Amino acid sequence: MPIVHPEAAQVSAGAEATSDNALDPILQIERLTFAYPDGRVALRDVSLTLHRGEKTALVGPNGAGKSTLMLHLNGILNAANGAVKVAGLPTSKENLPRIRGIIGLVFQNPDDQLFSPTVFEDVAFGPLHMGLPEDEVRSRVVEALSQVDMLEYQHRLSHHLSVGEKKRIAIATVLSMRPQILALDEPTAGLDPRARRRLIELLRERSETMLVSTHDLLMVRELFPRMIIMDEGRVVADGPTEELLADEPLLQAHGLELPRC
Amino acid sequence: MHIDAFDQYQESDSLVHRLDPRVKVVVTALFILSNALLPDGAWAGFLIAFGLIALVAILARLELWRVVKRSFIALPFALAAVTIAFAAPGPPLFSFALGPWEFTVTVPGATRFLSILLRSLLSVQMAILLTMTTPFPDLIHAFRHLRLPHSLVAIIAFMYRYLFVLSDEALRLLRARAARTARLDDRAVGGSVLWRARVTGNMAGQLFVRSFERSDRVYNAMLARGYQGHLYTLSPHEMSGFDWAALGFFALALLALQIFARIG
Amino acid sequence: MLAQPFFPFIPQLHIPDGFLSLAVAAIFWLLSLVFVAVGVHKVQKTFNERLIPLMGIMAAFIFAAQMLNFPVAGGTSGHLLGGALAAIVLGPWAGILVMTSVIAVQALLFQDGGLLVMGANIFNMGILTALVGYGLYRPFAASRRTVQMAAIGVAAWFSVMAAALLTSLQLWLSGTSTLNVVLPAMMGVHALIGLGEALITVAAVSFIRQARPDLMGAKQVREQGGWGWVAAGAAVTLLALLLTPFASADPDGLERVAINLGFMHAGQDAPYQLLPDYTIPFLGESPISGILAGLVGAAVVAALVVLMVHLLRRSSTLTNRRA
Repeated sequence: MPIVHPEAAQVSAGAEATSDNALDPILQIERLTFAYPDGRVALRDVSLTLHRGEKTALVGPNGAGKSTLMLHLNGILNAANGAVKVAGLPTSKENLPRIRGIIGLVFQNPDDQLFSPTVFEDVAFGPLHMGLPEDEVRSRVVEALSQVDMLEYQHRLSHHLSVGEKKRIAIATVLSMRPQILALDEPTAGLDPRARRRLIELLRERSETMLVSTHDLLMVRELFPRMIIMDEGRVVADGPTEELLADEPLLQAHGLELPRC
Repeated sequence: MHIDAFDQYQESDSLVHRLDPRVKVVVTALFILSNALLPDGAWAGFLIAFGLIALVAILARLELWRVVKRSFIALPFALAAVTIAFAAPGPPLFSFALGPWEFTVTVPGATRFLSILLRSLLSVQMAILLTMTTPFPDLIHAFRHLRLPHSLVAIIAFMYRYLFVLSDEALRLLRARAARTARLDDRAVGGSVLWRARVTGNMAGQLFVRSFERSDRVYNAMLARGYQGHLYTLSPHEMSGFDWAALGFFALALLALQIFARIG
Repeated sequence: MLAQPFFPFIPQLHIPDGFLSLAVAAIFWLLSLVFVAVGVHKVQKTFNERLIPLMGIMAAFIFAAQMLNFPVAGGTSGHLLGGALAAIVLGPWAGILVMTSVIAVQALLFQDGGLLVMGANIFNMGILTALVGYGLYRPFAASRRTVQMAAIGVAAWFSVMAAALLTSLQLWLSGTSTLNVVLPAMMGVHALIGLGEALITVAAVSFIRQARPDLMGAKQVREQGGWGWVAAGAAVTLLALLLTPFASADPDGLERVAINLGFMHAGQDAPYQLLPDYTIPFLGESPISGILAGLVGAAVVAALVVLMVHLLRRSSTLTNRRA
């Protein structure tokens, strides 16, 4: 059963979706409430738990608070109320360097994610700033680029890449840090069908815990057993993807639509 | 038009391309300095300098005439130097009349003007060769290793990355304006000059706000990957024996050029 | 520049190599280095990790904004140089670093402006514009909107005029142009170009104030630069105001002043010569003199080679990572 009343049902939602590995929560968000300095409330009492290896989609209309939630995962934004724990570590200042190595956060616009002149420098940025020695950095760049099937692009200039190439390399920029959780914001947005398909296959092969914000419900159905719906800063539903996608009134109420095919 | 058209770098595997970018930067700077030190009218010196340009172009497998043609971009500025051809005192070379005015070009004036022009063309040509044979990120590394202030080099690196992104945005704004303007030529369309200036200013303001917001997102992306206020980079370049030899050759060539130009 | 294939709109203030004498180029490199060094120091002292990506993207913004133009009349167009805008919105020190990056990248990537003369270009288009642009705007930063906008317009116009004036003087001191021609020509053209600069800058700032009032608050202005900038900006503007009519009306007068102050050699010696007549004076016009002069020129090159080799050696022994 999909849970439509979040406040009452948060705790059971996490347990229900991942009963087999419920003992190993890797990401815990508790009663997070956040307002921007201009007064706009972006998150209202958000709670959710992710377990190791769990693949979860985060859906909802624009402005629902998905991206804001992502920025809380590694302490880029800090809510006045509520708590975030990554692998048991609270997102306090002294934990941030470790947490940022655990969570690989990939932003929606690859032109923001890829800020270095060359692909190599961008993929090396994470390991380099984790303080790894030069040889290790170089081997991780090769490893990460191979994993997204982009090794031959390492000396290319970032502004010469297509959107699809940029999106794959954006994922490589966090894979090189060997994260335990991948948090991706709109990984398939703006991709043509072929690039989208390649990206879905790439994500399918990854074993990391995933939290992926997206509007692409077909991809959600294909890849993510669990789905969280957000609207107006709240979690309004959290449960098995197939059940939520079958609940048309729920989808409609939050501006979602599963394409027919 | 995509903004990539601005990039002059020519991919190749020539000797010049493989040279350490620091050597190329230093040689270019020395060459331009040497031009500035050449006396007026040292024609042989200018010719040898052009010989060096030709040598580099050939070694880089670039077409010399394309380099020369591109160097003409500095020509319009020569307008500023034309008057010196008439003003320098000395024996007249030739005179001509333009309406009621009579102009006399003097020998030292013509020498001075031509020398300025040659100095400029040669210097621009070497700078073009540097750009055509060195990817800009390598130049950035060279600056870092030549001990330019790190924050300035980092600013230049970010600027280079976003130059293309923001120029594309600016072109889109211009196209959007053109699409809403009935006539695209320079005649007064779409209101007064003041109104047009305001539209352009609004575009600049819009671009600024977008750029500012982008810098916030970029900063977040840096934080997410472990940035804590210090930027680290790898050093991809090592000076090889060949690099030292190339530097030595050019330094000697320029020294010889300076001496030859004054006795020749 | 007229014949530039891609950037037909950029003001004619980017001096290419070859047009300034070594002495003038060196003096302005030195002046610019002082300002840039102080700017770098100030930025590092703030410990604001946000500033580096911000200034890099702002430099890209200025570059892109210089492409925006609007038709004025007869095929000419108004466009932005951006020095005043950068200084007003980002503060004078950040503005200087941003404009320095813009000028450096334009020279290196597009040969728009030279390398040996880059110091002069940075001073004219980055530092002078910040001095005048920010200095004249600062006293009115807290004034009523109309007063403030008028101040910004005047500041932007003067920033372009000051840059044009100094460019003319540099060309003249280098023996490249005669003052009686270059000065009225440059000032005349840039009086118009400056108008475009003023209009765009005012419109851009007023857009930014509406869209992001937080970026242009009184607090930001206080932090960015103090009254020293106002004094410097006013002094430069005043100097330009006094110098321009005097020089236009009596270029020979200015030349006499320059000679008296020791800027130029009396008589026929052109000021562009590092070594008078390229001979050593006391040896006369003999071949030996020519050879010696050549050796002096060569020695300058050699000294620079040694310095560069020194730098290369130092940097190759550095550890592979640097902050």
